[in-house]
Amino acid sequence: MKRFRRHGTESQRDRLKQELFQFTKTVEHGFPHQPSALGYSSSLQLMAIGTRSGAIKLYGAPGVEFMGLHDENAAVTQVFFMPHQVELVTLLDDNSLHMWTLRSHKGLSELLEIGRFLLTGPPGAPPSVTRVTSVLTHSSGELLLLGTEGGHVFIVEVPGFRELEEMNISLDQITSCVPDDYVGRRNLEHVEALQENPINSNQVAIGYGRGLMVIWDLNHRCAIRHIPATQQLESMWWTENGSCILSSHSDGSYCCWTLRTGDKKEEEEKSNIPYGHFPCKAINKIVQLPTAGGPPFLLFSGGMPRASYGDRHCITVIYSKTQVAFDFTSRIIDFFVIRDGPHHTGEPSALVVLVEEELVVIDLQTEGWPVIQTPYLVPLHSSAITCSYHVSAIPLKLWERIIAAGVVQNTQYSKKLWPITGGQNLAPDPPQRDLLLTGHEDGTVRFWDASGVCLYPLYKLSTAAVFNADADLNDNMSQSAEGEWPPFRKVGCFDPYSDDPRLGIQKIHLCKYSGYLTVAGTAGQILMLELNDEAAEQTVEAKVVDLLQGQEGFRWKGHTQLDVREEPVLFPPGFQPFTVVQCQPPAVVTALNLHSEWKLVAFGTSHGFGVYDYLQKNTVLVKCTLNPSDQLAMEGPLSRVKSIKKSLRQSFRRIRRSRVSLRKHHISNTNKIQEANARLEAELAEMELAPVQRKIEARSSDDSFTGLVRILCFADTFLSDSSHNTPSLWAGTNGGTVFAYILYIPPVEHRADEALTAQPAKEIQLMHRAPVVGIVVLDGHGAPLPEPLETAHDLARSPDLLGSHHVLVISEEQFKVFTLPKLSSKMKLKLTAVDGSRVRRVGVAWFGSSRTEDYGESGLVFLTNQGDVHVLSLPHIKMQIRYPCIRREDVSGIASCVFTKQGQGFYLMSPSEFERFSLSTRYLVEPRCLVEAPLPPVFSNQHQPKLEGASSALRCTQDTEDPESAARRVMEHALLNDEKVLQEIQKSLEGDQTAFPENNVKSAVA
Amino acid sequence: MSRQSQQQHRTPIRHIDNTVEVKSKFEAEYRRFGLKRNGFGGFQEFYHLLQNIHHIHGVEVLLEYADIHGDLLPINNDENFHKAVSSANPVLRIIITKKEGDSVVYTTNSLQRRRKGLGLTGLRPAGSGSIHSKNKSGLMIGPPQDFRQISSIIDVDILPESYRRVRLHKYGSKKPLGFYIRDGVSVRVTPQGVEKVPGVFISRLVRGGLAESTGLLAVNDEILEVNGIDLTGKSLDQVTDMMVANSHNLIVTVKPANQRNNVAPRGSKNSMGHSGSVGSGGSIGSALSHDSPSPASQSNPITASSSIAEGDSYEEDDDGDVILENDCLSPNKYYPVTNSNSSTLNRDSPHKGQHSAIPQSVSMPNSLGTSLSHSSTMMSHHNGGSTHSVSSSQESMKEDGNVITL
Repeated sequence: MKRFRRHGTESQRDRLKQELFQFTKTVEHGFPHQPSALGYSSSLQLMAIGTRSGAIKLYGAPGVEFMGLHDENAAVTQVFFMPHQVELVTLLDDNSLHMWTLRSHKGLSELLEIGRFLLTGPPGAPPSVTRVTSVLTHSSGELLLLGTEGGHVFIVEVPGFRELEEMNISLDQITSCVPDDYVGRRNLEHVEALQENPINSNQVAIGYGRGLMVIWDLNHRCAIRHIPATQQLESMWWTENGSCILSSHSDGSYCCWTLRTGDKKEEEEKSNIPYGHFPCKAINKIVQLPTAGGPPFLLFSGGMPRASYGDRHCITVIYSKTQVAFDFTSRIIDFFVIRDGPHHTGEPSALVVLVEEELVVIDLQTEGWPVIQTPYLVPLHSSAITCSYHVSAIPLKLWERIIAAGVVQNTQYSKKLWPITGGQNLAPDPPQRDLLLTGHEDGTVRFWDASGVCLYPLYKLSTAAVFNADADLNDNMSQSAEGEWPPFRKVGCFDPYSDDPRLGIQKIHLCKYSGYLTVAGTAGQILMLELNDEAAEQTVEAKVVDLLQGQEGFRWKGHTQLDVREEPVLFPPGFQPFTVVQCQPPAVVTALNLHSEWKLVAFGTSHGFGVYDYLQKNTVLVKCTLNPSDQLAMEGPLSRVKSIKKSLRQSFRRIRRSRVSLRKHHISNTNKIQEANARLEAELAEMELAPVQRKIEARSSDDSFTGLVRILCFADTFLSDSSHNTPSLWAGTNGGTVFAYILYIPPVEHRADEALTAQPAKEIQLMHRAPVVGIVVLDGHGAPLPEPLETAHDLARSPDLLGSHHVLVISEEQFKVFTLPKLSSKMKLKLTAVDGSRVRRVGVAWFGSSRTEDYGESGLVFLTNQGDVHVLSLPHIKMQIRYPCIRREDVSGIASCVFTKQGQGFYLMSPSEFERFSLSTRYLVEPRCLVEAPLPPVFSNQHQPKLEGASSALRCTQDTEDPESAARRVMEHALLNDEKVLQEIQKSLEGDQTAFPENNVKSAVA
Repeated sequence: MSRQSQQQHRTPIRHIDNTVEVKSKFEAEYRRFGLKRNGFGGFQEFYHLLQNIHHIHGVEVLLEYADIHGDLLPINNDENFHKAVSSANPVLRIIITKKEGDSVVYTTNSLQRRRKGLGLTGLRPAGSGSIHSKNKSGLMIGPPQDFRQISSIIDVDILPESYRRVRLHKYGSKKPLGFYIRDGVSVRVTPQGVEKVPGVFISRLVRGGLAESTGLLAVNDEILEVNGIDLTGKSLDQVTDMMVANSHNLIVTVKPANQRNNVAPRGSKNSMGHSGSVGSGGSIGSALSHDSPSPASQSNPITASSSIAEGDSYEEDDDGDVILENDCLSPNKYYPVTNSNSSTLNRDSPHKGQHSAIPQSVSMPNSLGTSLSHSSTMMSHHNGGSTHSVSSSQESMKEDGNVITL
């Protein structure tokens, strides 16, 4: 009937397509790849992270996040929020400065770049003169001070980036007044640090690399004081009361300089090398914060004894008698401290540390300084992700049980609420509960709440306990012994070093109705797990399945199988393994499926596949698919040499194309291969670029890995005749073969004792021999069969068992529908033959219309090796839409893609980040948030209450305005509306004026 | 679908008694009869027998049979008749056609293509009737009937003369296509002037391969299309995948590096001489020298041509998937199976230990050379140890919707 459609219905279909499909990249989950800068606005309560690829990401309260990308492909080296404004300034590796703002639009904020600036020196000056090394955002909100490599300080008015040449502080001005006795006066080196006097915004301290610090009066344009430190300067901190300057130095020392009024001479109160005696590394950053009526908090990064602990990444926190050296998992990028109080000027409450691979937040107010669990920016890659699996619409019961199991695991975290609270999350509550499961190289499976914008960790399952692993599973090795110096404490969870690569998780399947989970790994192990709310001690039964079925002439050269522990093991509440099937030879499991209603698990490797009955603990079927001449598959896992060659070729291609690409991705998991690749790459790059050649040859049965099982699928359908439906198993191989087996499953009352059987029923050899990547059985209505137990739980209508069923076989090259049970070819769609792309990932999704609530249809979603996502209609396999999604060079991104049942998808855009996208018009999970402009600075306490009142009156109107200077907006609003408010504000502003008698920077600027 | 009823004839054939089942077709009529495997004479005898059976005395006919690869081969002498009889497995399918001037090209899948009413483009009677009417003399002009075609130049009359469209017929034979492709730079003439664009070129021909043996492709030929699809903007990997996906019936349009051997379309002898005199310096030089009368068609010569409209002729049906029905045969060696729920066809067969008695049916929609040998190995696989059953039971043809039936 479809064949004779009229034109009118075609345009109708086009309209329907628009209602059903829409491609958007919605949100990035996980931790930014290669972060390079950290900024924080205490007034906005927002944190900004810049990355080496030029991305800038803002985070506030959970769900509040913004993302921006610089056009330049340069690393973000520094990020600063303009004080008390919604603007922020980024400094890039290429010396350009960028101004960003959060602009409100239709009640939501968006991050926009509003200006850029490149510092230009006098003609003929060397580039170092204008190379920016440090930035100070002046508290007036109108000035930027830029310290440069040449030692000059340039002053720029913002927004608009107007250079104020007359205010510039040249190196000559400084050197002319440096005391003669200062040793380093001939070469002060670059400007290392710029600090503003917290109580007098007219004074700034300029710290030079050589050690000299100069306090400069912006108003009178002269140096007030000199602090003659002689060690290489690393950082500078002006204490809050303005009386002291702390300087940290490259020899691991810090000094406190008291600024006595009236006295011209500065006094070096004490020079302190906290981890002294032996040479120490530099203290990169030092912060001192007062507490009410107590000793101050002192925090600094680095300063470790060079010889013994030079490789540690530490931040030391000293408060009163307590000193802890937090030992991080990777290089420290930057840190800041969040303070309590309405204006965030009170007690230090939390230390936020950005390290290269994760974000760690430490609660400074709870005894023992525990870590606060982060609701976002969680390192997905704490062990490398090896596979991912998505389950939509989790029943509430299971959801609660998983959360409960996770809570037990997270007792070490602080109870304190997440301290970064900026912005409002306006996104509606997610319509359902979704789980994303990630398998990792270390044998763990992590459960993430993927329902909303924040990918939140719920529960972590470790499979290593089932096996006798070589390594000690005890994590407490790092616990510091009493009296150890420095007082280390390990924090963070990034741990890329896998004890045993064989533990790596390759395939996951979870039944959301029964709570059964099966995971399969690198060494041919398949674990069956059941959710249990209590801890249990049990022996895991092991079953070895020989997939070779007596094939001769075989010598496995890969890894050995894992050694299952024979004694009972105590498993914590959560998913507890009860059976492990071990494939022999122990090749990586390439396909896995679970049918919880029939209590069967199907698994496949490069040698064959099998079905295991986990009720009777018995193998139902074993089938060898190995081609006897296939040496590569026989000898072991894709041998190192081959994979290096392959990845070399890929990386080689990547080099040639990466000029236009923005982000670099590394695919190999282990450092070893990466190193080897880098070496070979370098060697190859030296050689002449030989032309790349491709062989044109039809696939043959003699190709390697034709027997590798790519897909396994259970279906209750018509395999033997068209009147009786029977349980069946379908398997597809790399060589384009589909095997179909009829399963005999005894009635429920005899299920436990009667034997199950499987008999071969059909076999399809696709002529084009391309790998089979998907098999979907469609019912009489052309709808995909429901999941096991789905109809039993009344969550899906039962499949139509009267009409004729079809099976859709998806190979990398084409889609083909066969009738059942006769298996005559009914429809097909060629992909590769037409446009040269091949199917990589495939899924079935349901698309709801955006216009009418009650219309929806199933579609086949797939991703090609060109990185495009397509949707095909079911059951007619007609192309609906196509969107470019992933760069085609991003092989690992394409391989990691998973589709959800609602037409969304996830892929790894870097080893640590999932990009979430949506093809559906109805289901969208994207950040929707609003950040309001903060109030003008308030320093004197007596005006505070009045301003609070004014602000609450104003808050509602700010939503739709463009953010400008906050003070001006308040004024305008007041003028237009309320005389009383105006007076209050006037008063408060006057108060500010009086607090800053010298605050006439503005006039100097003008 | 009209053949549905024949499904029921799926009975195991035993040819222990050395009879060959013959199924012959003349126009719309079928005849089935037995033939002694060695007790029969020569071609003439068989010819008359068929005339008798079909009651077509005095009509001059051509005999053809379907060989194991599904190709139509002629029977016109004793030798190929004996070959036909000996290769029958078990059914010898004969097609009888009235002898006409129209010659028949024997090629891969020719059976199917004929059924669909699609011949090779250049030989389609409807499309090129004028040419054939000239040939309707007693002298047969056309490909020799005892050979298979492995390649052809097609669409000569619609392509610009500097291009060549080559069709490679990949058989089930082991002979590889045997060529490699590479990236390169091509020079195109556009209305705006000369433009350098990335292109894909043949980089190597494998000795003894199909590509080399045709002599129609050469190193440095630029590949412009694969099976009617323009390659502009496609990467080398995409082109590779497209060619592999089409490898069973590969049609490539090339701009030969050597332009001296171009086939000129009829009536354009002048331009042929022109290009022949200049076009010797590889693809770049030839492209520049080739200034065809209309620059518009030059800018996009391929898609402008009418041949794409008849894309069907390129869309060779490759529904060559082999479907094996292991109806109730070979229960898993390790786990005994009861056959109670198996196919209705064999409901009456005894349950256990009767492997050899149960027939296994094979449907071969478009049997390739490998398919049979492949399937038989697969079946011996299924049968576990009981290989002796294979020879007796494998050979009943299932007549399916997309299966060759005669």
